[in-house]
Amino acid sequence: MTDSAAIENTALAASQSQSTQGRTPQKRSVQVWRSMRRSPAAMIALSILALHLIIALLAPWISPWDWTLQNGYNMLQPPSAAHWFGTDNMGRDVFSRTLMGGREALKVTLLGTLLAMLWGSLTGITLGLLGGRIDEWVMRAVDALLAIPWLLFLLLIISTIGQSGLTLVLTLGFFYGIAVIRVARGATLDFVARDFVMAARVRGESNWTIVRQELLPNVLDSLLVEGAMRWAWMLLAFSSLSFLGFGVVPPTPDWGLMIADTRGIMSIAPWATLFPALALSSLIISINLSADAFGKAMGLDRAKAPV
Amino acid sequence: MLKLILNRLVLAVLTLVAVCTLVFSVTEALPGDVCTAFLGRNAQGVRLENCRADRELHKPAIERFADWGYGVVSQGDLGRSLKRNKSINKLVGNRMRNTLVLATTAALIGIPLAIFLGVLAALRRDKATDVGISTGSIFAMTLPEFVSATLLIYIFAIQLKWFPAVTTVRHNAPLEDLLPNIVLPVAVLALVMTAHILRMVRSSMIDVMASDFVQMARLKGVPYWQIVFRHALPSAMLPAVNIIALTIAWLLGGVVIIEQVFNYPGIGTLMISAIYDRDLPLVQAIALVLAAIYVGVNLLADLTSLALNPRLRTARG
Repeated sequence: MTDSAAIENTALAASQSQSTQGRTPQKRSVQVWRSMRRSPAAMIALSILALHLIIALLAPWISPWDWTLQNGYNMLQPPSAAHWFGTDNMGRDVFSRTLMGGREALKVTLLGTLLAMLWGSLTGITLGLLGGRIDEWVMRAVDALLAIPWLLFLLLIISTIGQSGLTLVLTLGFFYGIAVIRVARGATLDFVARDFVMAARVRGESNWTIVRQELLPNVLDSLLVEGAMRWAWMLLAFSSLSFLGFGVVPPTPDWGLMIADTRGIMSIAPWATLFPALALSSLIISINLSADAFGKAMGLDRAKAPV
Repeated sequence: MLKLILNRLVLAVLTLVAVCTLVFSVTEALPGDVCTAFLGRNAQGVRLENCRADRELHKPAIERFADWGYGVVSQGDLGRSLKRNKSINKLVGNRMRNTLVLATTAALIGIPLAIFLGVLAALRRDKATDVGISTGSIFAMTLPEFVSATLLIYIFAIQLKWFPAVTTVRHNAPLEDLLPNIVLPVAVLALVMTAHILRMVRSSMIDVMASDFVQMARLKGVPYWQIVFRHALPSAMLPAVNIIALTIAWLLGGVVIIEQVFNYPGIGTLMISAIYDRDLPLVQAIALVLAAIYVGVNLLADLTSLALNPRLRTARG
């Protein structure tokens, strides 16, 4: 019993040394952080991202106005001391709505990304490990699924099941997981033929143990960066759906929906459209730049297709 | 060589069949149909029965799917729209032309521009030029299409009044009426496309410029521009071509949104209204058309990479 645990530990250490070139994992995270701190772009992006997360958490308490309050006497007012971002065509305070507008998007996309990464990477790693006919057939199916324009697929499901937050999490999580399968499988294939995986097989470890203890620590780098990217793309998809009217249900403020609702009056009240657009863009761009810097700090080059 | 191409073709057809089957089964499995969507609150009793009978919805799903598939294969007939009660070929035809005009113009501008900027960024790696191009591409790539479209409308249509904010011509308008309307949509699409492709060209070019054969050419004293354009660029395009094709599926989704923003009478706006109406045959037909474009572009990319790959070229000759 102790014997096998000892072997496992050596195997684990061996597998980690593969990915970190002899450094312990803790040191590696410190190193990645140091490398990121050297890039001013990464730091700015991370600060904006943090600011967005804090605002999203605190929005209901820091909003100066009730974000659903309509005021017929106060429509289309330009930015002022009372209404920093002006008011929209229903007299609602754009500043409060912009503060609130990211909450649903962040909630849905964070859960969705988690789901996508979980099922996508487990499937991908397993396929990479098993290989053979199952691998071949599933990958064919994955390619066929990726040939469907993503928007068609999402709209079709959401328009019929209804657009609740849960539906969006499940649909986005499922669909984006398909692309993760490819990445996880690709990353796994780099390691499956290595000696330490072979050693685990010879020891008679179960496939699950090999996935968990040998492969996962090694492909984690690629998966983390992939997850950050996936998050940005999912946010883009989510806000596009909202914009088309298939995302958030109207009383809830959402940037995509706000832009869709107010872009018709952009010539008289541009602030109602431009501020939510600024908020949405800064969030997506900050996630992307952070992911980019994260990848660079880990020594991964990611110029991959967003499929 | 021939066998390889044939293999790809068979795979492409299989993919199309799989996509159709999947879209069909998803729409069948989901609750509601065109009649419930069309009649709304009146969707009950005799009216619902009549509506379903008119559209032959009582037939088993398999039979309807087989009928439809037979029509497509035997006569290229995409079927009839249930909601609009028109031939889908007629509905899709003009809009397809409009979308292709939009996409092709964007590609003709975007792809050469992307290759140029990508190579430039790779050659000036980590210098100001590269940082500028790379950061700019992240901005262009990550900005949702509807946001960049809205911003361009605000600047060029509302402030400067150079171009119309939305398309007002009908889907069957002659090309010359359509053209003034496509400037802004093409700009948005080309922006996104350029950003995606240039990143791939850049990273691929960096790899190739560091490779042995480029080093060799340098040592031999081959002029710099010749190394870049005759030796490095074709090899750098090899991996990039396939990835470019892969992004097309993503970009097709973007086209749909861009069309919607500009109210452009293309296949994307048709798709969204078909989904609203639960017009299954129309959704099905559009899925088939879009998937065919995707598969076709991928096939083209495979053939291009065959043409670009010197090893396969010599093997053939």
